[in-house]
Order: sequence, then structure tokens, then C-alpha cells
Amino acid sequence: MKKLLEIKDLSAGYENQVVLENVSLDIFSNDFIGVIGPNGGGKTTLIKTILGLIKPISGELNLLINKKNIGYLPQVNQIDKRFPITVFDVVRSGKADTALFSSFHRNRQEKEKAESLLHEMGISQLRNKSIGELSGGQMQRVFLCRALMNEPELLVLDEPSTYVDNNFEGELYLKLKELNDRMAILLISHDVGTISFFVKTIACVNRNLHHHPSNVISEEQLASYNCPLQIITHGNIPHTVLKLHDEHYEHNH
Amino acid sequence: MSTIIELFSYDFFVNAFLASLLAAISCGIVGTYIVSRRIVFISGGITHASFGGIGMGYYLGINPLVGAGIFSILSGMGIQLFSSKGKVREDSSIAIWWSLGMAIGIIFVYLTPGYAPNLMSYLFGSILTVSTGEIWLMLALAIIIILFFTLFYRTILYIAFDEDFAKTSDLPVGLFNYLLMILISLTIVLNIRVVGIILILSLLTIPQATANLFTRDFGRMMFYSVGFAFLASFIGLLVSYFADIPSGATIIFTQVIIFGLVKMFKVVSLSSTI
Repeated sequence: MKKLLEIKDLSAGYENQVVLENVSLDIFSNDFIGVIGPNGGGKTTLIKTILGLIKPISGELNLLINKKNIGYLPQVNQIDKRFPITVFDVVRSGKADTALFSSFHRNRQEKEKAESLLHEMGISQLRNKSIGELSGGQMQRVFLCRALMNEPELLVLDEPSTYVDNNFEGELYLKLKELNDRMAILLISHDVGTISFFVKTIACVNRNLHHHPSNVISEEQLASYNCPLQIITHGNIPHTVLKLHDEHYEHNH
Repeated sequence: MSTIIELFSYDFFVNAFLASLLAAISCGIVGTYIVSRRIVFISGGITHASFGGIGMGYYLGINPLVGAGIFSILSGMGIQLFSSKGKVREDSSIAIWWSLGMAIGIIFVYLTPGYAPNLMSYLFGSILTVSTGEIWLMLALAIIIILFFTLFYRTILYIAFDEDFAKTSDLPVGLFNYLLMILISLTIVLNIRVVGIILILSLLTIPQATANLFTRDFGRMMFYSVGFAFLASFIGLLVSYFADIPSGATIIFTQVIIFGLVKMFKVVSLSSTI
């Protein structure tokens, strides 16, 4: 078990506004952490700080792996869906270290990698479509391919289940579980109920961070973590997920 | 047809032809970036701010295009600086530079003793009076743009598409934003003579809109935009010559007509296949 990232007493935020305060978190190579918390609680700020998009105000953030080995799937509403770019180019953009002077690179390997990822996600046929033509679920698959282009050691996903149908949501989490054999995963979600089936541990973020050591969490515990979230009842969880994960389902009851 | 060939024996017409070709190259490529990145309004601000430089050029007795170049680059940087560091909303920042540049230009033109020659040609363009020196400058710009966009195609594409993601991949996002802003400014300034300050935004957006009807691929959109821009500029040039109407306005008009025809054709052919 390799340590990938150390965060110690970190405060971060935007101009004159502290969003995260004294946050500490270690991430290890086999982790699968579900990050939950109310809107505006600092979930996205946390991952943007990890990715180096926001500079910490104080505290320490030690990345023990190369920054390029973090795969990132941003919130889908950050993407301009009318941008003239093909699916294949979006996926290839995941390996941007060959982008400078790209015309002089032999990038056969890069293309093959992109093809194989598209195949793995079952969207090879979308290769030449523009991203504007995709459904929410297809788009998330494309962005997952992009995040995986660099064979990341840590995969960071910001609300990958927004705008996708329930079927795909279940599929996505299963895929992440499979990927977790090879890489650590940090998954932001607003839906505690669903992700708790798949993640190993839960981090509650609401200005502070409480890393809960298991994937089972009660509303009382959430409240004690200063993270007042309603756990969505299991009736709302899609059937595919329920069927595939009976053991977790029973375990929780 | 023979009259058109005959036209090419006149130097001024050859210059105008070359100007329309070179304008199509620089505006087609840079315009695709502008439209894709949704910075049309910023480009409008830079364009109009450059009028300040034209006025200054008149007042100081230097080439107005040199003044326009200085003003457009400064306003491009100023807009970025105001909105990123000065906490001014970006659209307000654009409007400030836009109108400030125009105001400075008007004051300078007013203060310049006597008559300001060719002022209208800077505002509305005059492709038939483009000089050989200006053609060389436009050629240099076209070559720089082609080289830059070929060498750094993927970097430009990735940054334009998703800036945050590009930052996480350690691409030089800030540097490229500034370099591209300078290229936009230069493209605007050197094409002022072709269609003028008031109309130049059209060369950066209408061919791209037409191209967008055929493709949603960044690279192809550049090629198609250059093609449509050239087609419209050349037809517009001929029509304006024979009908003796202003060239800049005729070029824009031709562009809109081409866009309209293509769009109509697309709609009709689409509905007939269903």
C-alpha cells in the first residue's frame, strides 16, 4: 500500500473566502473514498486544490506521485457542449504531454490507447461524433476515457452521476470498482445512499473534513461530523444496482 | 469572364485579390478559435479599442495601423488583466476598453489639424486601396498563424476546450492565452484595411458559422472557414467593383447570403431525406 497524497491542516478557498479549514487527509493506492457533503461545503474546492487548480491558503499538500498521474473527470456542466471537438480528440487530450509540437510526434501509441479505452467503455462507434451529439451517459464515458489516458494512479471524479440515467450510474460505479484494483479513487457525490455500496470509506466535507473509516454511515454519524445530509432511502436506488449488489444490500439492513 | 481576367492586369486589383485571400486565411483560422472559445465579444472590444490608436496615429503623424496595433494589444491584455486581477466583471471590462478606445480615437481625430484622410476607410474598409506594403504584412501574419496553429494545434485545441483540464496536464495555459490574444489583435489590425473596424467581426464569425453547418471538428472548421471567407471576399470584391458600391459592406453582405443559402440548402435536404 503506497501513499499517494498527504494533506495536513490545509485551508483553501477563493478570494477572501475560506471554504476549507484545517483539512487533513491521506490517500493510499488502494483507497476508494466517497466525498460527500452539502452544496458549497467545499467538495469541489478540495479536489481543485489537490489538482493544483487552487493554491492552498495555509497548510500542507504533498503530492507523492507525478501530477500527470492524477486522472480528472470534471463536473459535466463545466464543459462547453457546443465546442467543435470530436470524441476521439477529447479522449486524446487526456495525454497532453505530447500536445506541444504534436505535429512532430509519432503518436501511434497514444491513438491506440485512446481506441482501446473507447472500446473498453463500449463507445467505439462514437469515435468521430462531436461531443454535442452525445447523451449525458455517453459524455461521462468519454470523459472517463480521457481521465484514464495517462494510466493514473489516482482518479478524481466530480459528480460523475449528474445528468446520467440510472442504468449508466450503476454501470459507472461497477466500472469504478473494477478500476479500483489498479488505482485509488476519489469520488464526489451528492448521493450518499448510492455511492456507499461501492466506496470503501466516506469523507464528509463541510468546511472541515471527517474521514469515516467505513462505507456504512448513519444519519446520526453524519450529523456528528457536522455534515447534515439525508440518506436517500434504498427504494430510490435503481434495480440494476440492487440486484448486482445484493450482498451489500443485505449487509446494510 | 474575360473582364475579370483583364482586372488582374491592374495592380490595385491584384493587391485586393491577395488581400482577400490573406484575410481569409488569418480570419478563418483565428476566427475559428474565437468562435469556439466564445470570445467574440472580447474580439469586438479589441477591434473597437483599436480606433484609439488610429486617432493617435493621425495626431502624431505616424501610420494609423501602428497605433491601432498598440491599442489593440494593450486592450486585449487590459481586458484580461481587469477581469482576472481587478475583479471587474469580464463583460463590463470589455465595454470599458471598447468605449475608452473609441473615445480616445474621436478626441485625437478632432484635435488633428485639418482633414483626416482615409478615416472612412479605417472604419468601413477599402480593399481596393490596400498597398503592397500592407500585403507583405498580411502575408507575414498569415504565415505566422499557419505555423503557430500547425505546430501547436493540439495544445491550442485542448486549452480552448477545457482550460482547467489543460492546467492539470501542465500545459502552458497562461502563456498560450496571451500569445493567442496577441495573434487575435494582430489579425484584427491587419484586416482593418479590408473590411474596417465596424465590420471586421463578421470576417471572424460568419465564415465560421457557415463552416459549422458542415463540421463539428476544430481542424476542419478552420479549413472550411478559410474557404468560405475567401469565397465571400472574392465575390464581394467583384460585386463591389462592378456595382461600384463599398467593398467592405459588400463582402459582409456576400458572407451572410452564402450562410443563408447553405443553411437553407441544409434544411431542405434534411427535410427531404426524412
